[in-house]
Amino acid sequence: MTLFLENARIIDPEAGVETIGNVILDGGLIAVIGAGSAPAGARVIDCGGKCLAPGIVDIGVKIGEPGERHRESFRSAGLAAAAGGVTTIIARPDTNPAIDTPEVLEFVTRRAAQAPVRIHHMATLTKERAGREMVEIGFLLDAGAMAFTDFDHVVTDTRVLVRALTYARGLGALVIGHPQDPGLSKGAAVTSGKFASLLGLPGVHPMAERLGLDRDLGLVEMTGVRYHADQITCARSLPALERAKRNGLPVTAGVSIHHLTLNDLDVGDYRSFFKLTPPLRAEEDRLAVLEAVASGLIDVICSMHTPQDEESKRLPFEEAASGAVALETFLPAAMRLYHSGAMDLPGLFRAMSLNPARIMGLPYGRMAEGAPADLVLFDPDAPFVLDRAKLHSKSKNTPFDGQRMEGRVIATFVGGHQVFGAENRMMRDA
Amino acid sequence: MSFRARHLLGIQQLAPDEIRAILDLADKYVDLNRRSIKKSDALAGMTQINMFFENSTRTQASFELAGKRLGADVMNMSVASSSVKKGETLIDTALTLNAMHPDLLVVRHGASGAVSLLAEKVNCAVLNAGDGRHEHPTQALLDALTIRRAKGRIQRLTVAICGDVAHSRVARSNLILLGKMENRVRLIAPPTLMPAGVAEFGCEVFDDMRKGLEGADVVMMLRLQKERMDGGFIPSEREYYHRYGLDAEKLAHAKPDAIVMHPGPMNRGVEIDGEIADDINRSVIQEQVEMGVAVRMACMDLLARNLRAERGAKATGVMV
Repeated sequence: MTLFLENARIIDPEAGVETIGNVILDGGLIAVIGAGSAPAGARVIDCGGKCLAPGIVDIGVKIGEPGERHRESFRSAGLAAAAGGVTTIIARPDTNPAIDTPEVLEFVTRRAAQAPVRIHHMATLTKERAGREMVEIGFLLDAGAMAFTDFDHVVTDTRVLVRALTYARGLGALVIGHPQDPGLSKGAAVTSGKFASLLGLPGVHPMAERLGLDRDLGLVEMTGVRYHADQITCARSLPALERAKRNGLPVTAGVSIHHLTLNDLDVGDYRSFFKLTPPLRAEEDRLAVLEAVASGLIDVICSMHTPQDEESKRLPFEEAASGAVALETFLPAAMRLYHSGAMDLPGLFRAMSLNPARIMGLPYGRMAEGAPADLVLFDPDAPFVLDRAKLHSKSKNTPFDGQRMEGRVIATFVGGHQVFGAENRMMRDA
Repeated sequence: MSFRARHLLGIQQLAPDEIRAILDLADKYVDLNRRSIKKSDALAGMTQINMFFENSTRTQASFELAGKRLGADVMNMSVASSSVKKGETLIDTALTLNAMHPDLLVVRHGASGAVSLLAEKVNCAVLNAGDGRHEHPTQALLDALTIRRAKGRIQRLTVAICGDVAHSRVARSNLILLGKMENRVRLIAPPTLMPAGVAEFGCEVFDDMRKGLEGADVVMMLRLQKERMDGGFIPSEREYYHRYGLDAEKLAHAKPDAIVMHPGPMNRGVEIDGEIADDINRSVIQEQVEMGVAVRMACMDLLARNLRAERGAKATGVMV
């Protein structure tokens, strides 16, 4: 089916520009940008001057399959993603059991077909994320693994890690690290400082992230592996990252939308929905990291979507589970950065769509003729109060509950098909 | 202004006037407790449940006695050894107890913030008897009462809090209370036992005990919380005693009339010399225990008054 998207504010993250115009989707691809009139037989969608951008490519989404389907299934995650303008999910392997064999990877690949958006999978770097033996990196690549990560189980044995990184480099595989010194961060629930001391909560110093990053960058220099740091959240990590990039190391970095929009004070009176991994940082860190995203030093903004059921959050803060759902709140939260003037829309979608797709070697995230027609149509100014009960995710653990937000997804398209949005209201036949 | 709150969760939520109101009432209960008939009917007909998720002898006994002297029916739940071990969550335990219609719930828990979490789920008044490393409000209030009775005032004093500040909820509550009442607070600890960012609380930080004690009116010692330490914060107890244990020589740096306090239980020969602890001219440690019962009576009395006012208002439809 041919779609004619009329009168859209077109966001092009590659060129870094916005233009008003029309877009034709045909055969699953963006056929024409800026065309004057609808081709015969096309369905017309009136965009009403709202924003049309490449769909979000989200690295590091946790889905509860296998093992925790009551928290999130591929179907519920897919619906949440479609409602949030996320057209490609790069799913995390920290499931139960972990995705550490081709067999488990094949299982999740089959299950993921239920979702209305594209889902790709990462595999663990070591078996059972135990940090002792590397996984079958070659077989897993053949089975479609996008990258290899043990997520927050940092591999402490550097000999094991160096072998895995060296082997991965031989196959051209991407490794994703979670920079965090495991000794310093052990048992921590928040970032150390005045606020943690006032609440009497065990804190981790931001230096733990720097130490973790320094170690990983040293091993990248040693092995030459392609490396992505999943979340850089502290100001003092930035010079090391900058130096590594300047020296030409194959390194990229990301940060979660929560670390760009919230700070450690938001934990307030022990609100466990604000307990994240790594913990929320001080305002100075948030501002420094935001600047690094705007300058391109940090390449990727991700949601770090981590569904947790009510029971695991309704506990004393130290005992409560970590993480927040974010697929649906990602785009409205990112609009805070736009409305505050910190970033423009092409810059945001470079970090949310184009860069993550490039890092993963996927053709998405582009507003270009011939690119896959994965798009999100949204109104950056539409105000609403977030009601967590209305989220599509099975888990409702969002820190934005009850908050005023701006930015609503009107429609989401994957491969030229509309997967979210009221069809009848705005569609008509040409 | 009197005390208006529903719960007593921390000193942080109290205004200086409320602190004064509690101390004034506690003074009256000190007198009552010294009589031969130590009975009031302030809590007559009310049920008090002491729920201690962490073991405690002294605080639990103090709360139990306070409740009984006020005429409440007091029940002790040793939760540390019961349903929690069977996997029941804190909130379920709270809901179960709530269904028994208690009026006052006295709670101690090992996790910071656990008592306020529980307070959200019950209909009665909740008293924090210590939550993790966060707050221990009745301890700070009883310390304040002890200081006020010994020094004649609870402002413009120099108070040195010394020892394991990092793991101490007593230190936090005292730091907040003494700050609210406009005292100079000094914290003295080895750097490993000093919490991060604590200087921003408006206190002075020392790692040299002698300098920290210089000119102090009150020396508040803290217990070395060995059970909360998961790794070496200090090289040995004897080195700790040498550098941070309160003995006559170090105490000589404080004012000649400085009083010595300790929340107990003491580790003699670790943080405090036995002779100092027993010196009736300097040590007010026994008075602290006495003030503890009176302060807890005052807190529970005030909470019960608010509870009655709230219930009365509900029954007659008056908004408060």
